[in-house]
Parts: sequence; C-alpha cells; structure tokens
Amino acid sequence: MGVATMTRPAEDQRPDRLTAIAAGEIVPAVVHPEVAGESPVLEIDAFNLWYGPKRVLFDVGLAVPKGKVTALIGPSGCGKSTLLRGVNRMNDLIDGVKTTGDMRLAGDSIYGRNVDVIELRRRMGMVFQKSNPFPMSIRDNVTYALQINGERNRSVLDSVCRRALEGSALWDEVSDRLGDSALGLSGGQQQRLCIARAIAAEPEVLLMDEPCSALDPLATSRVEELILALRGEYTVLIVTHNMQQASRVSDYTAFMYLGQVVEYGPTAKLFTNPRLRETEDYITGRFG
Amino acid sequence: MSGHGEQPSRPRAGGVASGRLPSRPANALLSRNEPMVWLTGGGLVVGLLMVAALVSFVFWQGFVTFWPGPVLTLTTHDGRVAMGEVTRTERYLPDPTAVAALGPEATAAAVAEMASDDGRVRRRLVRTGNFELSGEHFRWVEDFQLAKGGEIREPWAFVFERMSWGRFYGVPEACVLGDSAVATGPEAVSALLRDRSSADAEAVIRVRTGDGALADLPLATIVRAYPANHLGVGGRLGVYVSRWHEFLTAEPREANSEGGVFPAIFGTVVMTLGMTLLVVPFGVMAALYLREYATQGWLTSIVRISINNLAGVPSIVFGVFGLGFFSYMVGGSIDAVFFADKLPNPTYGTGGIMWASLTLALLTLPVVIVATEEALAAVPTSMREGSFACGATQWQTIRRVVLPRALPGVMTGAILAMARGAGEVAPLMLVGAVKLAPELPVDLHFPFVHPERSFMHLGFHIYDLGFQSQNSEAAKPMVFTTTMLLMAIVLLLNAAAIWFRSRLGRGGSGSKF
Ligand SMILES: Nc1ncnc2c1ncn2[C@@H]1O[C@H](COP(=O)(O)OP(=O)(O)OP(=O)(O)O)[C@@H](O)[C@H]1O
Ligand SMILES: [Mg+2]
Repeated sequence: MGVATMTRPAEDQRPDRLTAIAAGEIVPAVVHPEVAGESPVLEIDAFNLWYGPKRVLFDVGLAVPKGKVTALIGPSGCGKSTLLRGVNRMNDLIDGVKTTGDMRLAGDSIYGRNVDVIELRRRMGMVFQKSNPFPMSIRDNVTYALQINGERNRSVLDSVCRRALEGSALWDEVSDRLGDSALGLSGGQQQRLCIARAIAAEPEVLLMDEPCSALDPLATSRVEELILALRGEYTVLIVTHNMQQASRVSDYTAFMYLGQVVEYGPTAKLFTNPRLRETEDYITGRFG
Repeated sequence: MSGHGEQPSRPRAGGVASGRLPSRPANALLSRNEPMVWLTGGGLVVGLLMVAALVSFVFWQGFVTFWPGPVLTLTTHDGRVAMGEVTRTERYLPDPTAVAALGPEATAAAVAEMASDDGRVRRRLVRTGNFELSGEHFRWVEDFQLAKGGEIREPWAFVFERMSWGRFYGVPEACVLGDSAVATGPEAVSALLRDRSSADAEAVIRVRTGDGALADLPLATIVRAYPANHLGVGGRLGVYVSRWHEFLTAEPREANSEGGVFPAIFGTVVMTLGMTLLVVPFGVMAALYLREYATQGWLTSIVRISINNLAGVPSIVFGVFGLGFFSYMVGGSIDAVFFADKLPNPTYGTGGIMWASLTLALLTLPVVIVATEEALAAVPTSMREGSFACGATQWQTIRRVVLPRALPGVMTGAILAMARGAGEVAPLMLVGAVKLAPELPVDLHFPFVHPERSFMHLGFHIYDLGFQSQNSEAAKPMVFTTTMLLMAIVLLLNAAAIWFRSRLGRGGSGSKF
C-alpha cells in the first residue's frame, strides 16, 4: 500500500479532494489512460441534474466502452441510479427534474432538442433493483419490447423469447409454462425474467441498477455468469454496492462520490492499484 | 420443564388454542395488547349482525308471503261471519265498553285474559276478500268477540285469486254453464277447478260465502283456486311454487298488488346494464386522465374533491337534472328534429329508459372514478418504469401494463356502481320509471331496442306497493318479496361481474374481494 502511494502522480495527491467535493467544488475526475483506447458506445458529457432545487449530478463525464461491462460504485446517495436513469431518460417521468449537458448513444444525442425518447429507449434495456414483471404471461413479458414495436410474427416472438430466456438462464425452469402469469415466479426467477426482457430486443446498452440486491447467492452467481456471458455482445452499465461483484464482472469501474465521478479506469487497476487514496479507502471499506 | 418454559415467545392465538400450555390468567388478553382485536372485531360483528338482521327479515317475510295459510271461519257475538286468511295478529287495549257489553260469561273470560297481559287482548286481521259484496278487503276480529265455537275451519273453504276485485273466499256449490249445472258439490267443483282444460270458459262458479250469500264467479276471471283447508303439504307447495312462478314471469294485475313483476325485473336489469355500459367507459377514461396524464397539482386536487363531493348530492337532484337536461333539452331537441310529426306528444322528450340509464350513470360516475383511480394508484411505479424502459409509449404502458393490473379494481368499481344504481329509486321517478309500462323496452318488434320507452323498475315498484297502493294491506307482503327479488338480482349481476372479472384478470393479479 505504501508502495502504491509512492507511485501516485503528484496531481492525484490532493489531500482535500473529497472535502472539496463535499463543499460543492467541482473536481475533475481522474481517468485512466486505458479508457481512451476503447471505442465508446455511450458518452456522457458534463452532465448535470437537479431534483427541483437540489443538484444531484455535477459535470459528470463518462465514456462507456463498447462491448464491455462498466461498473458504477460509490456510497449510497451519490447519484449512481440517477445517472443510470439519466441514460435512458427515465428521469423525465419525475416532476421537477432539470438537466444540462448531453449524452450520446453511438453518436446520437440523447438530450438534444428533437430526440424521440421512445425510439431511444428501444435501443437500451434496463434492469431495475426490484424485479418488476408485468401482469401478463412469461412469454409476453419477455417479448414485450418487440410486441410494442409492432412485431406480430409468432415464430419470431417465440424464438426471441427462447433466446432471451436461455440468455438469462431461466429457460430450463420455465420452458414448460411460458403461458403462465409471470407473477407466479419466485423473486429470483422474476429478476432473471426482467433481464431476459431487457436483452430480448438486443439493446445497444444494458443498464442494470443493483440487479442482484434482492437475490440469494446462487441466483446472484447465475446473474453474474450471465453478465459475463453478455460481455462482448452487449455493453453493460451496472450499478453495484458489492465490491467483489464489481471486480468479478466488470472491465471498467467508475467511483462516484456526491454526484461526481472521482476515478474511472480498468477494474483490475482500480481494485489493485488505484491512483487515488480515496478510491482505495472506499474499495477496502475504510469509508462509505 | 413444561411447554411454557420452552416456548416463551409463542405466537399469540395459536398458543391459547392448543391445550398443551398452562392456562393463562384471565387478563391475558389485555396483557398481550389485544383489546384492539376485540374492539375492531366487535365493530365488524355489530355491522354484520345488523346486516344479517335486515337481510333475514326481508328474506323471511319474502319467503312466507306466498305460502298458503288455512282459511278460518270466525263468527262473532253479533252474528257476523269473517271467512278468510289471518294475515296479522296483535295484542291491543280494547274499548272497555265493548268488553262490558258482552254476555257475563264472555266478559269474564275477556277480563281474565286482560288481567294476564296489562289489559291487552288478542285480535287478528283477517283477509276476508269478497270486496264486491262487503266493500272491504280486511277485517279485525277480536278474540273476545268470538261466539262460542265461533272459530272453525270449513273443510271446503276455497281461496279464489281473481283478475280483479281481489281474492274471494267461500265454498263452491256448483259450476254453472248457462242454466245447467256442470258440477255440483264442492268436491266435483274442486276436481273441475284442478283441471281447468275440461271446463268451458263461459262457465261460472257458484260460491257460498261465509255469511251465506251466493256469488257467481266467472271461470275466466279466476287465476288460481284451491281448497286451503284440504291441502296437504304437497298441495300447499304446489300453490307456493305456482305463485312464485307467476310472480317472476307474469305481468302485474290489480294495481300491482297481485300477479307478477316480470316487466319490473326486465326493466331493472336492462336499465342497470345500460347504466353500467355507460358509466364504466366514461369513469375509466376520466380516472385514466386524472391519474396517468394530468400533471398532479391543485387543479387535479380540486377536480378530485369535486368528484368525491358529487357522491353527496341527493340522488333526487340527479333526477331533476336528468329530467331537465336529458329529457326536456336533449330529448326535446331530438323530437323537434326527428319526430316532429308526433308532436306535441313527446317521443324522446319525456322520461325513458335511456335517460334513466344516463342519469344513473351520472349518479354512479364518482364511484367508478374513485375506484378506478385507487386501482391505478395501486399499480406500482416500477411496473410503469419497466414498460417505459422497454420503449413503450404512455398509451401502450396504460393499455398493456397498467389497465390489466388495475382491472380487478376497475371491475370492483363497476360492481359497486351496479349495486348502487340498481337500488336507486328517487331519480328514476322523474326520468322514466312508471307504475305500469305497457311495453318492454326491449322486445321482438323492430327496432328491438326502444330507448325512449318508459319502464318498470323493482325499486319503484316497492315504493309503489308500499305507499301508493289502494289496497296497501294486501300489497305489503309483496314489498318484501319484491325487495328480496331486487337483492337477488343485484347479487346475480354482481356474481356475473365477479365471474367476468376473474376471467379477465387471469393474467394479472391485484385486489380481490
Ligand atoms: N425522485 C427524487 N426526488 C428528489 N431527490 C431524489 C430523487 N431520487 C433521488 N433523489 C436524491 O438524489 C440523490 C442521489 O440518489 P440516487 O438514487 O441516484 O443515489 P444512489 O447512488 O443510487 O444511491 P443508492 O446506492 O442508495 O441506490 C440522493 O441524495 C437522493 O436523495
Ligand atoms: Mg440506487
């Protein structure tokens, strides 16, 4: 640890970084050079967000690499969910939310003037902290995104349903009761169903907000395997409170604090050799 | 070590029930914080008891009404004879002079009876019928007025139910066709009455009344006749069933106090279904806008409060509005444009089943809106977010996720509206319910549905029987049978709606009764 501290560049050794953030100062994030080598599919540019008068995100900048899993970590209330929900504009549904700055999905502006939010959301999938299956059959749940998009062809829907359920490791458990109500599944099965629903439409980015927080260890490891399997094919942005999980599943990790990104870089480096002492303290559980 | 020691924190009710535990002190209920259980449970019990009392009263009265009782022949001291069925018995304070005017023996008996019950004696209300002869349908007969041996059951006393003039009581002597007797003696006439097909419609039944008078009853006017004192249980049951059958399927007669209520059943069902079909779409749409589209703020709060207060407007006011707006304004305009040739006789410009349904739809709108709004509010936000995150539009989210999930609640609202609307009377009196409707609002004549027609309604029928009937004593029992019928219809409609709801809501879940 002492060695790591020695290797930190001088500009990262600001002693009062977190205090300054807490005081409302905007401190530029420390971004590892490896990030620049990736091709980003989602770029977040100086994004700010207010809930009414309360500012929650401060000049957040993040380039999410294509085909990689990126984890968002940080203490509770630091704005991880808010940032995630900002990506598919779920915050539009909340009264009194104001934003500045922009994001781009594969180059297309997300917060621009004439953006079709519906069309935009169809290009992303989202898995929520609490599973939220719809009051319909398992099959209809999985193919929901396609159905609202006007897909009627039964064989297309069936094959998509099967592929998505296999992808979320649920197929074996539900293949014989696809017509049953999804509300009859167990909590863990429901969450995997929601993942299947999110990946059914082959989204460009998969947003996951603590997808395992309500799952038992077995189901958690299945979901983690699933995320690992999705890597390469899908881009995943995942919020997690579980450091082991972040280190297991993610390629890149961003550490957030009070609405700002503090450090962003490859997971392996962030977890073994972070540039900031604050990051290390948080990851090792010394604060947060 | 007893079970008590091993299970110090055993859950409350179960522990008491299983006898393994040592008995607890008497105040255990209080010490375990259960007075609220008793208080809340008590509230439920009181409510249920009152409802049960009301329902069982109505059902008891409703069920016994059609059961044929015996026919008594009561002779009083002054020689008058009352032949008929006892409909009511009560104890009352007699006029002392009337008691004193009896013979010494009878006075002594009456005084003895009075002494045993605060000076009260028993009297019975006898349905004597024979209105065209006596000018009365009912007569009170005091027990002390009865002559010695003055109460007999005439073996061949008959009850005749007729198309008009009410019931007739008497012993049939002969069946006469023209000048010749077809049958003589009560037994022969009884056989003939049982098998009406063999009798000529022109025939008359010659009947001797209790006080010895003779009367001729045309056979064609007799609806039902039976020897009340001669019937076994099976025979009585036959009369009972036949009366129910008539009640449910026939048209009313005798100013509604006899006969059936079929047109009223029909009118009630059609009006209620029409009302439901009108109110549910509008109520659901209004609630959807309020809850899903409108920005919540002071304006929506005001609208919500207003809707809730609409439920406090007396229903008669809705009737007045319905009459003024629907019948006179809208209906009047329709008449002026489409039915000008029939004016000044109104077609749509007066009460009718459509206007009644619309008025009641307005009346029950708050019920549906409030229930639907509650059901919509109970749909978790996470479900809506899940749908939006899939790229659904607001309407797709409502149609595919929110409404299916809220459907049981919406149906509950519809059921409540139905029950409320089916029992409403006051506004209907203004917008189309009538004492006697010549034609049904839906029939086999083109165009089959006649929304402009006035109709009969069970609720109004009850009011009419109970308070508007000339022969109110005879109509009173019908009040209960009709009430029972109305309750049964509401129950049936509700059961149908609940069945429908369970079929629709199979994919979803949510609140259930
Ligand atoms: N709908 C809202 N209205 C007002 N403030 C909100 C709302 N949602 C979140 N906040 C505030 O925004 C801040 C960030 O919340 P957010 O949910 O993004 O945190 P988080 O990092 O996801 O926390 P956690 O790890 O506990 O989920 C918090 O201070 C929270 O109180
Ligand atoms: Mg969160």
